[in-house]
Amino acid sequence: MPVELIETPQNEDLLRRLIDGSLPDQFGRYGMFGGRFVPETLVPALERLEQGMREHMDTEDFREELRGQLHNWVGRPTPLSPAPRLGDAWGAEVWLKREDLAHTGAHKINNSIGQALLAKRLGVKRIVAETGAGQHGVASAAACARLGLPCRVYMGEIDIERQAPNVDRMRRLGTEVFTVTTGDRTLRAAIDEAIRDWVSDPKDTYYLLGSAIGPHPYPLLVQRLQAVIGEEARAQMLAVTGELPDIAVACVGGGSNAIGLFHPLLGDRSIQLLGIEAGGRGNALGEHSATLSHGTPGVLHGNYSMLLQDANGQVQETHSVSAGLDYPGVGPEHALLKTIGRVQYGVIGDDEALDALNECCRLEGILPALESAHALAGARRWARENPGKRILIGMSGRGDKDMPTLRTLPI
Amino acid sequence: MLPHEKISQTLRDARVGGRVPMVAFITAGFPRADMFQEHLREVCRHSDVVELGVPFSDPMADGVTIQRASHKALESGVSVRWILEQLEQMSPPPEAPILLMSYLNPLLAYGLDALAERARKAGVCGFIVPDLPLEESGPMLQSITSQGLALVQLVSPVTPPERIGKLCAASTGFVYAVTVTGITGGAAAAAENMLDYLDTVRASASIPVCAGFGIRSAEQVSRLSPHVDGVIVGSALVEVMEKGGSIGEFLDSLQPA
Repeated sequence: MPVELIETPQNEDLLRRLIDGSLPDQFGRYGMFGGRFVPETLVPALERLEQGMREHMDTEDFREELRGQLHNWVGRPTPLSPAPRLGDAWGAEVWLKREDLAHTGAHKINNSIGQALLAKRLGVKRIVAETGAGQHGVASAAACARLGLPCRVYMGEIDIERQAPNVDRMRRLGTEVFTVTTGDRTLRAAIDEAIRDWVSDPKDTYYLLGSAIGPHPYPLLVQRLQAVIGEEARAQMLAVTGELPDIAVACVGGGSNAIGLFHPLLGDRSIQLLGIEAGGRGNALGEHSATLSHGTPGVLHGNYSMLLQDANGQVQETHSVSAGLDYPGVGPEHALLKTIGRVQYGVIGDDEALDALNECCRLEGILPALESAHALAGARRWARENPGKRILIGMSGRGDKDMPTLRTLPI
Repeated sequence: MLPHEKISQTLRDARVGGRVPMVAFITAGFPRADMFQEHLREVCRHSDVVELGVPFSDPMADGVTIQRASHKALESGVSVRWILEQLEQMSPPPEAPILLMSYLNPLLAYGLDALAERARKAGVCGFIVPDLPLEESGPMLQSITSQGLALVQLVSPVTPPERIGKLCAASTGFVYAVTVTGITGGAAAAAENMLDYLDTVRASASIPVCAGFGIRSAEQVSRLSPHVDGVIVGSALVEVMEKGGSIGEFLDSLQPA
């Protein structure tokens, strides 16, 4: 199936600039999306961060240190596993990029250790982070312990209840977990509260944002640190099969694992890219978190992107069985990629994701995270419409953290 | 006189005797939507300029008081549209110049051009948008300057001096000098370097400079008074309203004796 790129000269140009690195532009814009919508107090801090990225991230010294941590501590490169039994069941050739085997159980660690290294070079005194399911919180807690940085993680009261094991992990890793009782008491409120902390001490506090969202330069920073997923997967595919996949599939909440897998593949026009959002229980506002599929443009958490909101611009509650996808916004690069047609975005609901999770357990002996199960289900659906293709799936995390939820659901 | 000039002039005129010009913030429709017009009139009688807070689901620059008020106002159905309707209904119109203080997204959802036009007709003199830094304010400026409305810029204690100049030059109505590094309602600092910072802002501005965030006592107001052209009181007033206290008595109590 050909890539359905909407080939206008303008879209071609935007894609070319995204690939050659001239997007985001100096204002952090990905076409119309992105930018920096923050209180004035944070503007100097973001300028320092941007300058710090330029000064440090491309130096051999920083890259060497990051490579060392990724290899010796995170366990990279993560394997590319063939999934022959899933392939038989779907009528496809299936490959899984195993971020679930990275230290702390998900791709989040790639970003956390990278940003923590950068924060240390910027000379900050403490780290704050937000977490929903707890994966970014655990990854940040581990990275901060590794580098000797004090860390506080903001987590909504509701998430603390449903992700108790991760709360204990963070505390054992020496992080202070701060219970957020305001707003919707989930990820969105945790981000609000982390930003409030950061506004109060923008010089000495570093905000370690966990997804490809937020004000410029965060979406770029997170994309660069997660690109290791797609770079490795591309090289591994070529080494093992001698060819590139027909399609790459990843789940999208804020969109960090998907942008990590997709960005390095943008220039390979033969590869179709498919992002899967959480369809939750249905299409009504509040029943899902499929921002790109059902949202409208707006500003939340510092960037202009797609948003689940009402007619008055109030951000709406979301639902997904997967806490990691349960977010009403999405990264600005995804909003652009959808607009120009380079990536297609589909929706998978709770039940179909759970069914794909069970199938992967039975056929491949791998328990995926509920988030990753959405990508599996999306890939399966695509495979049935496009038989005999080679499919690369981003297995963003492992499902051990989901056991409290899974215990209440059918096997 | 253009609406933004009305704000500046009102603040200049209000400095009579020992009186400190006062900008009062209330969350629109809080604590009771049906009392909004009455509350607004009382605030107008005891202050010089009024900021009407538009409630937002994610008020990331606000402390717990305004978060709570914002949440409650949203539950009562308060929106940009509702606020404009209320202002249109008020006859005679409110006595003090009014600004809408809103996060950007509710304004975008309304549509910037339509908003500016209707806001001016409803008697609104300007806007304060805490998550809209100068670099992002092009489209907003275009819409509201065509109506003569103010877009108040905020400066903070961590803003570098050269940036302070840029922000002061771009601001209309007044310059909002944030007195704390943090969120609204926090503990106000009035350390010496804070006064130096206010002096710097004032030296850069050709329009009035008002200090806000964490202001809640007459003692603070009199200490700030020589360094600013007005003070902004927000969370402390919202707290008084939340407890059912007297708006007028509280605002009057902030004036130095």
